[in-house]
Amino acid sequence: MQRISLNTFTINFISRLLDKFKLEYRPYGDKALLIEWPRTVNEEVLNDILKFKNLIGKHLKGFELIPSYNSLALIARKPIDHKKLKAELKTLYKDNRVVNLVQRKLWHIPVCYDNSFGIDMEAFSLAKKMSVERIIELHTEPLYTIYCIGFLPGFMYLGGLNEALYQPRRTEPRLKIPQGSVGIGGKQTGVYPQESPGGWNIIGNSPVKVFNPENEDPCGVSVGDKIKFYPIDKATHELITIQVDAKIFHLETYELDDTSK
Amino acid sequence: MIQVNKPGLYSTIQDAGRFGYRDKGVPISGAMDQFSAAYANALLRNEKSAAVMEITMMGPELVFDGPVRIAISGADMSPQINGKAIQNNEVYELKKEDVLSFGKLKGRIRAYLAVEGGFNTEQVMGSRSWYVPITEHSHLTTGYSLEIGKKPRANRKTKTKNLPSEFNFDQKELEVYKAPEFNLLTGKQKQQVLNGIFNVAKENNRMAYQLKQQILPHKYSILTSATLPGTVQFTPSGKLIILMKDAQTTGGYPRILQLTDKAIALLAQKRTGEEVRFSLIT
Repeated sequence: MQRISLNTFTINFISRLLDKFKLEYRPYGDKALLIEWPRTVNEEVLNDILKFKNLIGKHLKGFELIPSYNSLALIARKPIDHKKLKAELKTLYKDNRVVNLVQRKLWHIPVCYDNSFGIDMEAFSLAKKMSVERIIELHTEPLYTIYCIGFLPGFMYLGGLNEALYQPRRTEPRLKIPQGSVGIGGKQTGVYPQESPGGWNIIGNSPVKVFNPENEDPCGVSVGDKIKFYPIDKATHELITIQVDAKIFHLETYELDDTSK
Repeated sequence: MIQVNKPGLYSTIQDAGRFGYRDKGVPISGAMDQFSAAYANALLRNEKSAAVMEITMMGPELVFDGPVRIAISGADMSPQINGKAIQNNEVYELKKEDVLSFGKLKGRIRAYLAVEGGFNTEQVMGSRSWYVPITEHSHLTTGYSLEIGKKPRANRKTKTKNLPSEFNFDQKELEVYKAPEFNLLTGKQKQQVLNGIFNVAKENNRMAYQLKQQILPHKYSILTSATLPGTVQFTPSGKLIILMKDAQTTGGYPRILQLTDKAIALLAQKRTGEEVRFSLIT
């Protein structure tokens, strides 16, 4: 038994090194190319995208690389030769069997679930027939994965929400949702990085700014990073708000070791 | 310094764009009609990346406090210095307390005012283009004052290619490439998109231009993925949305066509109700 499981492990390991995904390369106008992975939301695909992104970043210059769920866009400032680029990319993807480590971070983000911020928490709790405490517990439990950053500067599309918390968007979107609002929309949860319109159910607020154009690095979080929320009370929210404004608050981050993949 | 007496309808500072942050959700912004903006800069031998003022539909009233050369390209908004008419695509020197104003809009909708040395507004994340929340301001307001940058070095050779006169801004055809989800379209939908004449809807701004006519609806959705300025998105109800310079960097609607840079500039000069049609580059 021992041996069989070892063999299975080895096979899995080798297949992970060798069996790459079947990719589609699609021209996207004269200055961009889109690479697509199979249409599925999972960590293995995301990891492969990030590995390829690193590889491209090392070998090909002059592209902005935009990763998301199952795609990677290469955007140049000048017209590109799609045929040539596609051939280069194919070779790069096929030949490179070295598992290069993808730098990923875990961010601990404080959230205040007080009713004064979580304007939909009561309704949400009623709809779910679940106590507010239980909702907070379920919401702060997972390590969420950032699959995409878009919609607004610094807006993270997070995967990993507990199914018990799935809730359709509000039928009437609000015109103004305050900066830092934490919400649930369908199968997704996230933080509004700026005041904006939106239809998510708002259950709390985070005093930290993951996106701040005044910072030297305006957006520390990247696609592939992980997010963990932790609950804070209203007084702590106030305190952190002051610390953030004074630029003395530092988010807790941890390097994630990706060799497990 | 330039003092803003009247802001106009929607005047913003724009340069070539903010690149390198799309993976963080930051739109590139920059001049909607980059060719007219570049031409105004070239007339003054400014750097290509110098910031210009993008003026929409109704011009501002600006007071200058020192000798500075200016040029205006793009839409003709009947510009005047101290009430006296001047021309687009010519260089003028303004003196202290001269007033630049605009009158009637003739034809196109976006004019570009370049000043020698460029507008020296705050540079944030590598660009001076105004876009909230990256920059504090979204558009000019009364009483605002604008700094001018250092004069460019003399005798620098600047090519004045892409004369706006080479552009026929009245042309309906927008040149497009197939975008990643073009092949999701049925034969009928392809026909509708490629043969149809569309009108610009009233929902048109720096983020996107919507088209009035809808084509047959669909039920496709894609996993959120990168979008570009000039991408034609196809909503489930059959609506076509053309993304522009301030558009979000990712989207979940099928991307069916991609406008060329020239087509983006042409569209940026079109107003509500005007006709456009797509012309596929094969």
